[in-house]
Amino acid sequence: MNKIPSALQLGIRRGGLEIRQFARQRESVVFTLLFPVILLAIFGSVFKDTIAPGVTFSQYFVAGMIASGLVNTGFQALAITIPMEREFGALKRLRGTPMPASSYFIGKAILIFASMVVQILLLLEFGVLFFGLEMPTDPGKWLTFAWLVFLGSACSTALGIAFSIVPKSGRGASAVVSPIVIILQFFSGVFFVFTQLPSWMQQVAAIFPLKWLTQGMRSVFLPDSFATQEVAKSWETERTAVILLVWLVIGIFFSVRKFKWDRD
Amino acid sequence: MSLIEVKGLKKSYGDVHAVRGVDLSIEKGEIFSLLGPNGAGKTTTVEILEGFRTRDAGSVSVIGFDPQSRGHESRIWRNRIGIVLQSSSDAGDLTVIETIKHFSGYYSNPRNVDEVIDSVGLKEKEGALIRTLSGGQRRRLDVALGIIGNPELLFLDEPTTGFDPEARRTFWALIQQLRTDGTSILLTTHYLDEAEALADRVAVINNGVIIEVSTPADLGGRATSQATVQWRDGDAIKSEKTDNPTALVSKLSATFNGEIPELIVTRPSLEDIYLEMIGGANE
Repeated sequence: MNKIPSALQLGIRRGGLEIRQFARQRESVVFTLLFPVILLAIFGSVFKDTIAPGVTFSQYFVAGMIASGLVNTGFQALAITIPMEREFGALKRLRGTPMPASSYFIGKAILIFASMVVQILLLLEFGVLFFGLEMPTDPGKWLTFAWLVFLGSACSTALGIAFSIVPKSGRGASAVVSPIVIILQFFSGVFFVFTQLPSWMQQVAAIFPLKWLTQGMRSVFLPDSFATQEVAKSWETERTAVILLVWLVIGIFFSVRKFKWDRD
Repeated sequence: MSLIEVKGLKKSYGDVHAVRGVDLSIEKGEIFSLLGPNGAGKTTTVEILEGFRTRDAGSVSVIGFDPQSRGHESRIWRNRIGIVLQSSSDAGDLTVIETIKHFSGYYSNPRNVDEVIDSVGLKEKEGALIRTLSGGQRRRLDVALGIIGNPELLFLDEPTTGFDPEARRTFWALIQQLRTDGTSILLTTHYLDEAEALADRVAVINNGVIIEVSTPADLGGRATSQATVQWRDGDAIKSEKTDNPTALVSKLSATFNGEIPELIVTRPSLEDIYLEMIGGANE
């Protein structure tokens, strides 16, 4: 008798399958990967001013788009598609196999991370070519960028899986999830300069990960001199890491404890 | 030790007592069919055996495991069983072979992917995306995914709903082949002819209890129940219920001097017996 494959091994295999499946859904591939580029094209063409000396709106906006891309691609997509998988009976069928829940979660995390990488590369390329986006030169900033994408993607995946228990049906999921994400984007300084928002909005946003991801991405793409214009007069890098980690743990906790495989 | 052993199984949803003390014993190597009307407790019972629901009371052993076990124990158990659920309509963007190959990776000793595809008759469709399959082909894929792990026990839930008669016959042959290959099967179905064609034994469940367990031929005293003899006498169709059909037929044969016009001898069908049983139990 051979051994049952390990949860990690199956998780990686599921990741490959999820990517393959995703790549064949042309509409969602185009939407997921190009949506940030389209938004940049629109906003970058409308707002041509500079926010601070040497900081164009496009530069500011790219930081916000990467951060909100993490929320859209992970949290929003999973909180909508998992209830659909549940409704189709796909999850129940998986439940009936020896594949453990953790493998399913790992597979989703791999899918989200991979599509984030592609999405970011497209956005940066497009930004540099058409909107004069300036890339950071300091290796330290790239390191920050790497862990922000990694942690942000993991956090967004875990919260998306956890939130997938909330929508009552697959069809209704989008109506429950999308408004939350859109409001969060406005509150977190994705579309507007964060410091120009009313302070109550800033305080609400500070509870959720998106604000911290956005601020973290600004620390990568904006000059350090801009840090003084943040609410806390600093990039608050450590605090960002801690808050993202706390949300990651919350997401994993609810995913493991409350995940629903069946309609009822 | 039986393959499945259930004693005093109970399950309620609020005030609704769905299962009120079910005892069952299913042996290795048999096709066992659970029959019952909607709301009889059939689905609840099967889903408890499949580990999808928890029970309120009673003991359950499925191939020596408690289906309620969790973690690694549960993986070892699921590695040895197969489940074909009522309907799955997912993963439309993968091909048949990709899906089966992927699922085979979940198990420690899977069956050969090509052989499984062959056995369910999807050879020509192996490269097709699942969303292009017909209902019947999709059902075959469901079965392929249920048996890819080389299970000792297969749960089959309403396997031929929506099939045309020819597809059902082909499907039945597949199920019989599985049994021949050594897989034990628990079949739930609404079709009495399906249970009759496939099952070695059937159990009838109603109002949350098992009312009878027997072979399809013997259920409800079917084998010994009165036969109906029908024939034509001049312009009229005549029929008579009798315990001794042979005697009646030879008497008639003498009367007609040989051939009896339009002779038919029947016993109640499994469906007649079944409807009588659940009707009686409902009163």
